[in-house]
Amino acid sequence: MAKSHSVWTSIRFWRQSAAWVTGFAVVLLILLTFDTMRQIKMGGKRVPAPTVINHHIDYKYSKKRGHEVPVIGKKELFFGKEWSPKEAAALLHKGKLTEQAKNCMDCHTLLGNGAYYAPDLTKAWLDPKWKDMQAMIGAKTREEAMAKFLQHPEMYPTHERRMPNLHITPEEAKALVAFLKHMSSIDTNGFPRGFSKTVKDFEAGGTYAH
Amino acid sequence: MLTSIKNNHLKYESQKLGMMYFRVAIILFGAQLLMGLIAAIQFMYPSFLYGVFDFSVARMVHINALVVWMLYAMIGSVYLMLPDETGIETVGIGLGKLAFWVLTAAVTVVVLVFIFIQIGSGTESSIWFINEGREYLEAPRWADIGIVVVVLIFYYNVFFTYMKGQRTGIMTVMVANLMALAGLYLAGMFFTDNISMDQYWWWWVIHLWVEATWEVFVGTLAAYALIKIIDAKREIVEMWLWIEVLMLFGSGILGLGHHYFWIGTPEYWWEIGALFSSLEPVPLVAMFVHVLYDWGKEQGANGERPVIKNGPAMAWLVTNAFGNFLGAGIWGFFHTLPQVNIYTHGTQFTAAHGHLAFFGAYATILIGMMYYGVQRAHGIEKMKATFKSKMAITLIVFGMLGMTVALTIAGYEQVLVERAELGAGWDAYFVAQALPWMKQAMGWRTVMGVVIFVGFVYLVWDLLTIGSKESKENN
Repeated sequence: MAKSHSVWTSIRFWRQSAAWVTGFAVVLLILLTFDTMRQIKMGGKRVPAPTVINHHIDYKYSKKRGHEVPVIGKKELFFGKEWSPKEAAALLHKGKLTEQAKNCMDCHTLLGNGAYYAPDLTKAWLDPKWKDMQAMIGAKTREEAMAKFLQHPEMYPTHERRMPNLHITPEEAKALVAFLKHMSSIDTNGFPRGFSKTVKDFEAGGTYAH
Repeated sequence: MLTSIKNNHLKYESQKLGMMYFRVAIILFGAQLLMGLIAAIQFMYPSFLYGVFDFSVARMVHINALVVWMLYAMIGSVYLMLPDETGIETVGIGLGKLAFWVLTAAVTVVVLVFIFIQIGSGTESSIWFINEGREYLEAPRWADIGIVVVVLIFYYNVFFTYMKGQRTGIMTVMVANLMALAGLYLAGMFFTDNISMDQYWWWWVIHLWVEATWEVFVGTLAAYALIKIIDAKREIVEMWLWIEVLMLFGSGILGLGHHYFWIGTPEYWWEIGALFSSLEPVPLVAMFVHVLYDWGKEQGANGERPVIKNGPAMAWLVTNAFGNFLGAGIWGFFHTLPQVNIYTHGTQFTAAHGHLAFFGAYATILIGMMYYGVQRAHGIEKMKATFKSKMAITLIVFGMLGMTVALTIAGYEQVLVERAELGAGWDAYFVAQALPWMKQAMGWRTVMGVVIFVGFVYLVWDLLTIGSKESKENN
């Protein structure tokens, strides 16, 4: 009688198949994780070293890849100085800690993940809005405008929905700006697409550049 | 459910402990809904509680209460089913009870800190004691360690009971799956300056929970519930369970790739994520077919009227079959391909999917398990749905579907205007948020949230009263 049992209704067959398929998926995931770790380590091609804050960063369309990619340009001062590798790493560390401690992700998205109550911050450093904000705040540089805004967002409302005052200190604000500038240099495979582009920009060829 | 403390027909301490977990779960479920209502109102009237109880706080408590109530209900379900499946009292149940009180005390402290302290300064001590600031995993590090200890105790209970008692196929899947589920939490317990690395491991916890191990968990619960509620045959149910494990892990583990499209990770995740996550709805169809097929089959078995031993639990189980397929399967598939996801990633579209998926895949079956627990606690042979049971399921399901539709419309508008037309910047974001279409959708979302809350009141009322009402009638 046992012969008449189909393999398709055999618990043993499905149990073994489940184990093999799960094992295969796990092994493949682990192998891919090793490769991804190599590619996304800090200082690699996809996630630049903290010293990227000493450089001009842009986000331009690449014909080859079919989307925008970060372009790391010439050196530029950040908060009026060039940061050594050690200083830049310490600043980024402080920025990431502050980003977590202030719970940015429960209003904003970072790399598209988080809450949807406020704009995505992936390329916030490159946002053309800072040109207007710089004038409104009366800051000399973009980084100064961002740092001042972060310390007192309630003083510079742009929409009905306002960012609350999170008691961010000047040091924390500077570190957060470094964190945001660094994040804008990460190769996110073209996300967000057509960042802060207008029809005028589109017709002029190319996306946001400053 | 509360009266079941006095009127207890449960033979095993393990099952009494399961009921304790359910009680906390339902309280946290209520907290989740209240916080959701506050956040929904803030979308419409941003000055509501501005600077006092900001959106970020309401949202943080909303999503953490969600995860924690589900974990509580999951642990409760395991303690409820353990003696039934193994035939013995849970090993080390005293320690299990201690763990319950430790966990509940820790959760209370974390929630109070979230509500009253909210945020910290940019230092390591904030991450350790106030808020870790990583969506869903906001619990500070001390609580993470506490959770690991409690989960180890829970796992000790489950594993040694399994080893000592009878080993069913359902429990084999449960024991293996719980190990993966608990182990994955460790992937979310470290700090890194590298946001891409941070998000890579963060998704190991989030995705491999909700799109793999939690789904398998639901499969085991459904298998157990079908045997208990409609007398489904164990051989068939267990065979289906292995097929589900095969398909859920076969698609869900590498389906993780659909979260690696845009976080700095390499392009090959486009193909891997697209392929495997597109397959993710397949097991959900299988689970759906499984529940309905078994139901239909048992109905017609001997030409008599079907015996459903627990009406409300079965109703929630069928809602789970539909909801899992619709919320996780269809709404997930909508935006899982990178060509679409580049526009939909991080919009209200994701929120629509998230709401219906968590509800459809998890809330439904866990509510069903609570009804089953009440039935057992009162020793009721056959528990029928009351008017309150019907009001609860109708209002909650209608409200969830309505909310999903509203958020999907908001998502379409956001995707097309903010993303496709204007490209996701500061102004682009607010232009899309200010359009009447978005405001209207957010208004309907809030209305639907109120409908769900009224349904929740009926649900709690029913869980508290259905047991004593029906046990009186049976006597």
